[in-house]
This record gives sequence, C-alpha cells and structure tokens, in this order.
Amino acid sequence: MSSENTLIGKNFTPPDIYGKVTGKAKYAEDYSVDGMLYARLLTSPMPHARVRSIDASAALALEGVIGIITADDVPQVEAPNAPILTNEPVYVGDPILAIAAVDEKTAENAISLIRLDLEPLPFVVDPLASLQPGGPSARQQGNVYPSEIQSLHWSSEDVSRFRKGEEPTGAAPTEWSYGDLEAGFDNAEVILEESFVTTGYAHMSMEPRSVLSYWRGGKCYVHGSTQSQSFVVPFLAGMLGIAQEDLVYISEYCGGGFGSKISAYPVLGLPGYFSKKLNRPVMLRITREEEYYIGSARVGFQGWIKAGFAADGRVTAVDLYIVEDLGPQRTGGDASSAGGAISILYQPHAMRLRDVPVFTNTTPRGAQRGPGQNQIAAIFEPMLDKAARELGMDRLAIRMINAPDSNATLDADQGPVTSAYMGKALALGGELFNWEERRTRGGQRQGSKVTGVAVGQGYHSAGAKGFDGLVRITPDGKIHLHSGVGNLGTYSYASTTRTAAQTLRCNWDNCVIHHGNSSLHLPWSSYQAGSNTTFTHSRANYVAAMDLLTKMKAIAALTLGGSAEDYDVADERVFNIGNPDLSMSYAEVAAIAIDLGGPFSGEEYPDDIHEVTQRAVTGLAGTGLIGVAKDNLPKRGTAPGLAVAFCEIELDLETGKLEILDYLAVAECGTVVHPQGLAGQLRGGAVWGFGMASLERHVYDPHNGLPAHVGYYQTKAPTYLDVPSHMGWAAVDEPDPDSPVGARGIGEPAMGCATAAVMCALSDALDGHLFNRTPVSADMIINYVAKAPRPADPMAINTF
Amino acid sequence: MNVNVSRRRFIKGVITSSAAAATSSAWYSASASQRPAGVVERLIILNVNGRKRPVDVLPQETLAFTLRYKLGLTGTKLGCNRGECGACTVLVDDINHYACSMLTHSVKNRAVTTVEGLQSPSGELHPVQLAFVEELAPQCGYCTPGQIMSAVALLKENPTPTRQEARQALAGNLCRCGAYDHYLNAVMRASGQATDNTAERST
Repeated sequence: MSSENTLIGKNFTPPDIYGKVTGKAKYAEDYSVDGMLYARLLTSPMPHARVRSIDASAALALEGVIGIITADDVPQVEAPNAPILTNEPVYVGDPILAIAAVDEKTAENAISLIRLDLEPLPFVVDPLASLQPGGPSARQQGNVYPSEIQSLHWSSEDVSRFRKGEEPTGAAPTEWSYGDLEAGFDNAEVILEESFVTTGYAHMSMEPRSVLSYWRGGKCYVHGSTQSQSFVVPFLAGMLGIAQEDLVYISEYCGGGFGSKISAYPVLGLPGYFSKKLNRPVMLRITREEEYYIGSARVGFQGWIKAGFAADGRVTAVDLYIVEDLGPQRTGGDASSAGGAISILYQPHAMRLRDVPVFTNTTPRGAQRGPGQNQIAAIFEPMLDKAARELGMDRLAIRMINAPDSNATLDADQGPVTSAYMGKALALGGELFNWEERRTRGGQRQGSKVTGVAVGQGYHSAGAKGFDGLVRITPDGKIHLHSGVGNLGTYSYASTTRTAAQTLRCNWDNCVIHHGNSSLHLPWSSYQAGSNTTFTHSRANYVAAMDLLTKMKAIAALTLGGSAEDYDVADERVFNIGNPDLSMSYAEVAAIAIDLGGPFSGEEYPDDIHEVTQRAVTGLAGTGLIGVAKDNLPKRGTAPGLAVAFCEIELDLETGKLEILDYLAVAECGTVVHPQGLAGQLRGGAVWGFGMASLERHVYDPHNGLPAHVGYYQTKAPTYLDVPSHMGWAAVDEPDPDSPVGARGIGEPAMGCATAAVMCALSDALDGHLFNRTPVSADMIINYVAKAPRPADPMAINTF
Repeated sequence: MNVNVSRRRFIKGVITSSAAAATSSAWYSASASQRPAGVVERLIILNVNGRKRPVDVLPQETLAFTLRYKLGLTGTKLGCNRGECGACTVLVDDINHYACSMLTHSVKNRAVTTVEGLQSPSGELHPVQLAFVEELAPQCGYCTPGQIMSAVALLKENPTPTRQEARQALAGNLCRCGAYDHYLNAVMRASGQATDNTAERST
C-alpha cells in the first residue's frame, strides 16, 4: 500500500450523485423502449391455495391485450424455493399470472376479467399454531425448515408452556453449542430468564421492484433494481435458462434494498420470459401494495433466553431458544446469526442455540439489515442492563468487561476475528456522550414526561474474500476502474475503487468508474449485502491494482532497461528509482501494453478469476494495460463490523409517545474510508433501529391470513418527525490488519446498536422494566404505566 | 393498526377469494384506450419548467402520470402513487404538491416545476441541488427529487429556516434509507446556515 494517503479517509463526490439530484438518474421503471408492452400481475387473494383452473378467455378477448403468462410458462422450482409464478400460492399476494397489453389500464382491466378457480388449502400465520398437535402446515410438504422441509409438532403442553414464556420443552430441529453451559450457570451470580417476541416487518424500499426486459440480437436485456450488480448475473441467467453471455443486466441505480434485492428475486425473471413469449419488450411495474406482498420482510422471533452473569458482570453462559417465523419460502439463518451476535458481543464462556424454523403463510422473508443480529440486540441488551442493575454495576461498565477485542472468538466453532476494538468504541462513546453525568438522568420526571438514557451495541460480520478486481489504463492516460459492485445507496461501488486509485497513485479526477451494466465489462463481485462490500472490494481493487503495477514496472524495465524492481510510480508516471529522469507516463505504458499483448492487455488472464471476470477481460482485451486478479490475500477470521450507540429519550406517560432527544453512534469498522458515507450509514442505520424498536410491524388477520400492512402509513416507516433532528457520530478508526486499507463494513451494526439503545432507554425510563418485544408501541407503554394485566397471549406474533 | 383498513381488506379478501380475483391497484389508470365512452383526451398547454408543453390529457389523469409518461420527466418518482411517500413532489406555483394526487387538468394555468427544471439554463445546479451533493445527502436517491422539491419550496417561503422548521417542512417526504439528518444538513447549507456533519471525533 502506498504510504501516501491521498484518497482513503477523504470525502469525495461519487459520480452517480449528480443523476440523483437532477432527476437524470434512471431506475428500472424510468426506461422506455419502442413497442413496449405493459404487464400486470394477478396475485393470490388467499394465503394458501391450489389453482384448479384459469379461464382467461374474456381477458384475452379484450382489445389491446397481447398475451398471458402463467406458471406453466416458467420453470417450477423445488419447494421451498420461490418460482416466478405459481399454481400453489403460499401467501396473499403470491403472483399467479400476468397479462400484457398495449397499455397498463388495458392489462389491469384484463386482469379483472380472469376467472380464477382456487381450492383453499390449510394456512397458518402463527408459528406456534403450526407446532400444535395437528396444527396446519404452511406448505403441503411440511411446516419446518431446518435444512430440508420436515413436519414437526409439539405436545399441547410444550406449546402452552412456550406461550406462557416458560423454559421451552418442545423439540428444536437445529442446535449448536460450545463450552460447558451447566458450569457457566453454576458460576453465575445472577441468572436471568426472559421470553421475547420480535415481529417481522417489510423492507419497503422506496423503489418498487419494477422490471423491463427485451430480447435483441439473441441477448436478453433486463433493467432491474438490485443491490448487487455482477453477483446477479449467474443467478438471473440461470433463472432465464440462458448463457451468462446472453444476458445484459442493467441496475445502475437501485432505489433501496436493505436485503430484499440482494440477487435475482423471482419477478426479476418474469418480463424476460414474457418478452420472449410475446416477442415484444415487456415492462412490469410493481405497485406499492404489491411491493408489500413480494418485497420481502424480516424473520420474526418468538424466543426464550437464559443468561448467567458473574459477580464482575462477565457473561458466563447463554442458553438461547428461538422459534423463527420464516414466512412460506426458503430463507433462514436469522436465529443462528442471533446466536453468533451474542457469542461475539459478550464473549460468553458457554452458549447453546436451539432453533425451530417454522413456515407461515405470510410475506416471504429474507435477509433484512442485520438479519438475526439486530432482533437479538433489541432483546439481549436490555437484559444486560437488568443484570447490571442486579449486580450494582454501571451499564457501560458491564459492556466494557464483556467487550470483544482482537482475541475474541465467535459462533459455534469459536473461530477468530481479524481484529476488534469494541472497548475503545465504548470508551470513546462514553466520553463524547458524557455518559458519567447523563446516565443518572434516567427516570427523572417532568410533568408527564420521563427521561431514559442508554447505551446499545450492534454487530454483523463485515467482509468476505475471494472476489475479483479489474482496472485498466488506456493510451489516453485515463484510469478505468471497473466495479462489479451494485449501487445500493452506500456509494461503496465508488469508494472501494479508490483503493485501486490510491495504490496506483493516480489523480482521482483522471479516473473513470464503470458500473451498473454488465455490458461495461465488470468483474465478478460479492453481493452488496451483509455489510461486506467495503472490506471485500477494497481487497479486490487492491489486488487488481497491484497486478497492474507489476505489469507497469515490467513494461518500464523492458522499455527503459533494468529490472522491474528498479521502478516505482508517482504522478501517473513510472520512473527508475535510481534515475527518476528515466520515466514513462501511464498513457505511454498503456500504448506499449497493447503492442505487447498477452497478459499486459488482457489477451491472457489468471486461471483463477471468475467466468464473469474472464468475459469482462476478454471484452476489454487490446484496449490498454489491464490489471486483473482474484483476491487471494490472507484473512485470519471473521471481519467484525461493530457499533455502539448512546441515546437520550423522553417518554410521555400519558400518551405513550416516544421522543428520541439525542443520539450518538460510534463505529468500530476499522479505518474510515469515506467519512460522509460512514456518517450516512450510521445515521440511516439508526433510523432503521428506531423503526424496529418502536414503530414497524406486520399484522395479519389470523382468520383469513390477510395482511393489514400494505401501506407506509400502516407499517410506519420512520419519518423526519420520528428521529432526532441531529444525530452525532464518531469512529474508532483503528485499522484492520486484513484489509489493505484497514477497513471493515458497518451498515448493519449501525442499526443494531440503535435498536438496542432505544430498547434500553425505554427500560431505563420505566424503572428497568423489560418489554421483551419489538416494536414497543405507545399502547404497550400506556398499558405498563396503567399497570394493565399482561396480554392474553404474550407470545403473539403477526397478529393483533 | 387502522381498523377501517383492516376491515376493508378483510371484505376484499372474502370477495376476491370467491371466484373472480382482481388487483386493487389504481396505477396508471389514465390511459388512452379502455376508457368509458365519452371520456376523451383534451389537448391542453401546460407550463412545465418554464416551457409551454402541449399535451393530450384525460380527465382523470394525474400530474405525475403526465410528467413521467407523456413528457418524459422521469425525475418525478412514483414511490407509492397514493399520497403516502412524497417521492413525486413537484412545485405548482412554488408550492410543493404530491404530483400523484393532483389532476393534470387542475394545473393547466399554473407553473409546474419538476426536479429537471431547477438547473440554470447553462446547467449549473440549483443551490439546493448543490447542497445535497456537498452533504452527500442522498443514499439510494429514489426519494431525493421529492426531498429537493420540498426543500426548494421551503426556502422560497422561508429563506433561513431553523432546523426544526426544515424538519417539519420536509416531513411529508419519506426516506427509507434514513438520510433525514443529511437532508436537513443540506437544507441548512443551501440556506447559508451552518451545518454539522463532521464526526464528533475519530481517535
């Protein structure tokens, strides 16, 4: 790595931002092509059913209707995977067919003329109802999904105990553990047992997932909205049944994803099939209501925790039991990730996770910002405060004594981390927030209002390895940074290329970023999710730049004499270290690279790069000096993304209204690469955290399986008025040794710490009361203050 | 939980599950074909971004529809198309409106400004746009044109708002990325007031 730090840690203007502020940015639905047809979906009105027959004769007779596509026209996949269209809908809103017409209204009218004969099937919206003896299964193949679909039913006593919040006795198909749990509890001074619920809720990205497809010259063009770019290509090509080289995938802008648009989701393939069938371009616009159906949601938890704490506050043992609400389709991992988060954040001496992943006929679930880690942050952090109170400890101190450092271990296998400095994050936050003074304000009343002050923590793994980088210098002297990273709003597609630019010691203004369209020769990339892009693609850009540097020095030695080691680079020139006058410009080197051919200009490339990158290099061969490599750098363990939040709230005990007065987030994500971008993630993550803690939830009618949450005003995404008008941030800024620029990711822990801080502050305001449920709504606060009896079913999820 | 909505959805579910199913979407209801007899497009002249734009408009056509699909002004986004999110915010006579919830015929004698109309004739960014860039205010960017139009409307009315006033003025514009703080910083910057977007500290 260059010792000159000119780009890393500095703000910059990502090129795509101009399109965002001028309206020139084109999202999938903003495109239009000649002859385009408009498709509308017919989605299931029932939570679980079988299509007996479809009579489309009246619909197809309507003037302007061009065609219909049903499940019979698209590949069917093995349950619980999600097909593009289905004859066995498993949730309200599951797409059954689509009609294409010359305009949208005609398609809409045609949809209303479809005669659909459905056979209702048993359905369930409450995981515990499914686990009852003889309880309904959300899928015909079974009701639980550890790694394959199985049927599992508890005894009535098991269900009854669990509903009351008692220690679970029902069988759990998945389990992991480490250490001696019994010894851990024996050594505990304080043992806490709590049952809890975290309700699922929609991702509700601002951009509904509209898709445009057409075929041209044997290739399928897809304009879609995904968080990732290159990562989508193999999956979407597979879904369409075509070779990867026959797919042109364009997602230059993505109007929000948060885990719901990571890769090729089912409707992304629909217009491709429909367009092929009709031989016309097809635009499928997705409505806000449909986005609530098909746009994915967070996995819900109904659980129980037992945790032991030594006299000094150290966590000695954690026994965690979670019933996961998976929705009707393939997902999972939230419970295990919740266990993983506890294992790293508190370093318990012993731990066990038991997991019962249950299907329900509710919105399909998927990864949502901190899937598992953030649900458990909302529950376990207030328990930590309760333990601190019982031990007579300070709440910051109990976090300090358990804080992970670079010797931390995590997960069932107790593997290592690349580095961790949580203690520094806690100390920095405590100082900046003035914790010593402010912590005492908790519980102070003024009129009907009471104050709460708290600290919370968040974690997500934050970096992978093994992806490819691709950089190129052309004879005009331009440095081309090819980014296969998607544009999900974090600007990491651009900020990670700055590692390459800095390694090449070039002028940022002379760099051109290529991204957002698979025909622009983009390398293989990780998915843009899991807080991993900054770590993963800083590495990939670094190895590509190093490959280019090696080639540049070799060309200099060939041209100017001496050996490659005699050369270095500066100011976009390669020069002889002993005789700096002996030098060439990058532009000159690029021209020579084209003459030399072979690996210099991409005619040859390393064996281990991904086929997506191979095609990208092949497409660029002969256009300049090319650096391309797979990231084979060492990585010693999990790269942790860690964050701490402090907040002060005011609760109105008469109305139940929560106001967050002040908020501070501290990132422990290694070196700060892009300060403004980091600030955006910390604050945006906080807004998500506030929503989870106090606002957002799913609600289903248990008798009919109908969702009552298909609008923003029903699901209550936080607005300007739900968040403080200023949110502070800071960063530990300690480099991670396994990143060439020292950086790890942060997007998800930025939310978890906020969820935790608000949940803890609610508890602090109310004499240490634990709600053990998200979201904590105003009525729950009022009921608590009024000393109303507990609800009849404290473990209710998805229902009122 | 909105009980009325729940009941409506419940009733809808009962009806649709009987035999004929229908989607409840009201999207793109304005269309040249399949309109009731006697419903015709009328040529009107709109004033959009300072230009006279002749356009054929149906009686029930929304301004957002006209702007996006007839005039090609796709900077005006449709996040919900039902007055919930503010992504379609435009100015009508300098007042911010949800374009999805306004009939085009109602603005024919009024000045409509979309995000495309903010730059100077020579292409310079409007001070609000520039401030949004400088504060790295957008994340995914989908709500950004609406946020900008609400900010422009605010500053026309109140050139130096307090942060609290700005927060109230923009409260009709949702941002799922949660970029609210950065948007407020941008509004304060655009109004020539101090912003506070630096880290409290990096060690």
